[in-house]
Amino acid sequence: MFDSLLQDPSLVVLGAVLLAALSGVPGLLLRPGESGQKLASLLAVAASALALPALISLLVAGKTSRYVFNWGLPFGPTELSFDPLSLLFLIPIFLVFPLGSLYALGYWPNASRPSTGPSLTFFYGLLSASMALVVLAHSGPLLLMAWEVMALSGFFLLLPEHESAEVRGAATVYLVASHVGVAGLFVLFSELRMVTGSFLFPETGSLALAGGAATVVFLAALVGFGSKAGLMPLHIWLPAAHANAPSHVSALLSGVMLKMGIYGLLRVLSFFGERPLWWGGTILVLGLVSALLGIAIAAVQKDFKRLLAYSSIENLGLIAAGIGMALIGQETGNPRLAYLGLAGALFHLLNHSLFKPLLFFCAGSVLHATGTRDLDLMGGLGKRLPRTALLSLVGAVAICGLPPFNGFASEFLLYLGFLGEARAPLPYLGLGVPVLALVGGVAAISFVKLYGITFLGAPRSEAAAHGHEAPAAMLFPMAVLGVLCLLGGLCPVLFLTLVQPVLATVVPQAAGFAGLPYSLLWFAAAGGVLLVLALGLSWLLRRRQQVLPAETGPTWGCGYLAPTPRMEYTGSSFGLLFGSFSSGVVRTRTSTRAPRGLVPGAARAGYLPEETLLERLILPALGLVGIAFRYLRRVQHGEVHLYIIYIFITLLALMLWVR
Amino acid sequence: MIDILVHIVIALGLPPLLLGVIGKTKAAFAGRVGAPFLQPYYDLARLFRKGVVISETTSWIFRAGPAVTLAATLCAGLLIPLGRHTAPISFDGDLVLFAYLFALGRFFTTIAALDTGSSFEGMGAAREVSFACLAEPTLFFALITLTRLSGTLSLTPMLNHLDLSVWLGTGAALILMLAGLFVVLLAENSRIPFDDPNTHLELTMIHEVMVLDHSGPYFGCILYGAALKLFLLGALFVNVALPFTTGSSLADWLVFLAGMLALSVAVGVVESVMARLRLIRVPQLLVAALILTAFSLVLVVR
Repeated sequence: MFDSLLQDPSLVVLGAVLLAALSGVPGLLLRPGESGQKLASLLAVAASALALPALISLLVAGKTSRYVFNWGLPFGPTELSFDPLSLLFLIPIFLVFPLGSLYALGYWPNASRPSTGPSLTFFYGLLSASMALVVLAHSGPLLLMAWEVMALSGFFLLLPEHESAEVRGAATVYLVASHVGVAGLFVLFSELRMVTGSFLFPETGSLALAGGAATVVFLAALVGFGSKAGLMPLHIWLPAAHANAPSHVSALLSGVMLKMGIYGLLRVLSFFGERPLWWGGTILVLGLVSALLGIAIAAVQKDFKRLLAYSSIENLGLIAAGIGMALIGQETGNPRLAYLGLAGALFHLLNHSLFKPLLFFCAGSVLHATGTRDLDLMGGLGKRLPRTALLSLVGAVAICGLPPFNGFASEFLLYLGFLGEARAPLPYLGLGVPVLALVGGVAAISFVKLYGITFLGAPRSEAAAHGHEAPAAMLFPMAVLGVLCLLGGLCPVLFLTLVQPVLATVVPQAAGFAGLPYSLLWFAAAGGVLLVLALGLSWLLRRRQQVLPAETGPTWGCGYLAPTPRMEYTGSSFGLLFGSFSSGVVRTRTSTRAPRGLVPGAARAGYLPEETLLERLILPALGLVGIAFRYLRRVQHGEVHLYIIYIFITLLALMLWVR
Repeated sequence: MIDILVHIVIALGLPPLLLGVIGKTKAAFAGRVGAPFLQPYYDLARLFRKGVVISETTSWIFRAGPAVTLAATLCAGLLIPLGRHTAPISFDGDLVLFAYLFALGRFFTTIAALDTGSSFEGMGAAREVSFACLAEPTLFFALITLTRLSGTLSLTPMLNHLDLSVWLGTGAALILMLAGLFVVLLAENSRIPFDDPNTHLELTMIHEVMVLDHSGPYFGCILYGAALKLFLLGALFVNVALPFTTGSSLADWLVFLAGMLALSVAVGVVESVMARLRLIRVPQLLVAALILTAFSLVLVVR
């Protein structure tokens, strides 16, 4: 009996989910110390060692299994389903979760943070398990419950440094935005219940709704899931939340939780057999706008992690653009577009869940070493954190979409999709190509700045001058992700094999695509030639340097003899030129106090990028709402016996109404 | 096979000559005799024999920058056809790889510049990446116009498709595109009016200021890489501009070489008759070039 259970990979996966959920529990019960956390990391690694092989075998075999439960709740039976779409999204969860747990051993050790460590470990496991349940749930109420557990665990994970007002503000905005999104999901699942008569999800491709109902479902899904995915203009909660969370939490939030929004969107889209063309167009345009604005705002940031958070908006925008492209391909009967769009989007999704956690882990190492996220106080860390610096370079090159790393391979598919459409009678989609090129160019600005200002040059502050390398527990997860980034760039076929079974779920047209017109070995060949040439040239130059007279000296200061690190170009100054081009969409505040008079006092120049949408529009609007609700607050006074009267009156009113 | 060998020999050997031709043209305009045509080769040979001074602030990135940049540019050299021949490597979407290899080179040039910790080099790096992100969409607009004209996604068939009949049909669009491409060529290679390769005022420079601290063989690598980049983007321009196929392989090579030399003379003329633009004008010119190539797409679609 037990043997046959173990042979069913989907039950193994369920067991792994349970293990993940419970991984932090022993830590809560054991006395404070390292042991609980070590046990949690061990359980996390065990969970993914169980889950990943099972997931990949299920995915490659293309198997689907479903389990229906009668759970005695008023919503009817519920269902767990292991289909390719769910399985693919489980992979990032079970990849980033154990790595983040290992990383936490060095980054957030219980020994030095006894008050927050155990609860952080607990919620870390709970968040991962609830995300897995979101992906597996095949009925509205179960998905919403898992979604709520996910959102709340995320909230508690944001809060360990709650002494800082910035952290509290970020967590509050996150909580509010998250629940506004959930309101969209309530609309979505109620509408689905009304049209199908059941809370169970409809079969793939079975839903055919009249215009109005379909539009409601689509828009509700777009608001509910789009806000989780950080699509503009629903992104306002994202930058502050990801910047202020502990770095291993940011890695999980950014690398995995954002993808839950994409999952939900794809799941809802998969219900429909036919979708109006404007759905694809809307998602495509939203995606491209998010990509462009997200990276443009990233380029002017001066906070290491905020820059990474905005770059997540860019990457999720690219993923959405790919999905939009695929939908358009599906509806216009263009298998090529359907394939390249969705394969590119899902491939990029896997890639983003590799390089973004990598970069957030690097951010954690830097924060660990210097105690600051401000780029303007960093510099020269490459000498003190050589391994972190090398892995950050891998992450930065990969996220810019440059060969030979995985970001290039997935963006390449999107480029091919858009480029091919330049041949269509009306080449609107071809215009995606220059947009992608612009996004790529601005991404290069952001990450040259991020890497160059942090790790290169001379230290700009005492903290940066005395940084120290991260411990092995932090470096190992980063190295794993770095190697996977290179692997994805050299052998994209490995990742595309995982993506392939999913395509037909959402865009059946993609099956009609004959495959890329050439072997993906080109990527290995081109990347290999590039690496060999670069290493060969470096070796050659090194040989020459050994033969020739070589000496060292100070950096050439153009004749100035007493340069100091304070005169270096800072992160702010690096982004200023691009900021001047993009001042129409990205606002920054500069303040200067120039030296005055014959005996000038201290002078200063300040620079701060602005959260325009949040600070100028949403918070003032919420302030107005707050004034309106002040009257409602009188009803809430803390006197319990009056609350019971409210409940009684409500029940009575409802009964009368039903009659 | 022979053609591939010729391709590699020309792509490796010719680029410094272009710099020599540009220098000679500028000298002629100034009424000087000027340095010999082969001067850039002598310079390179000298640099590879000279000693190295390396700043104490730098790390391995500073030394890796020139190597990676040159490696990426060399790889790009295998993707673009020269004249009416086939590039050694050609596949659907190779134009994306072509553009992104330059981007990879730029990434490493700029971080190598930031590694010195000098604010001049930081300034140069900031300008290089900021201007490049405006130049790149122009290149891609030109490439989608060419995709539409030829119906292929690969550089070799795309560029070989352009012949006299295409020119007669869509000449106006191609002229607009060439204008845009010429601006990109000048901007990407840091020529006047975007940047002055001969200036001595570090505050106003872009490319040259980024490489101030490199010396000896490292600087040689950078110089050669820059010449190669000029050659490759120039080849793209010449392939569009010269729509002739003679039928004989040798004659095609000669036509291509003549085109490249004429292009260098043109760059030299521009450098002689124009002054460097003020930095705040540079983005305006780049956006103008973008709009020109966008117009070329509109003209092709109509």
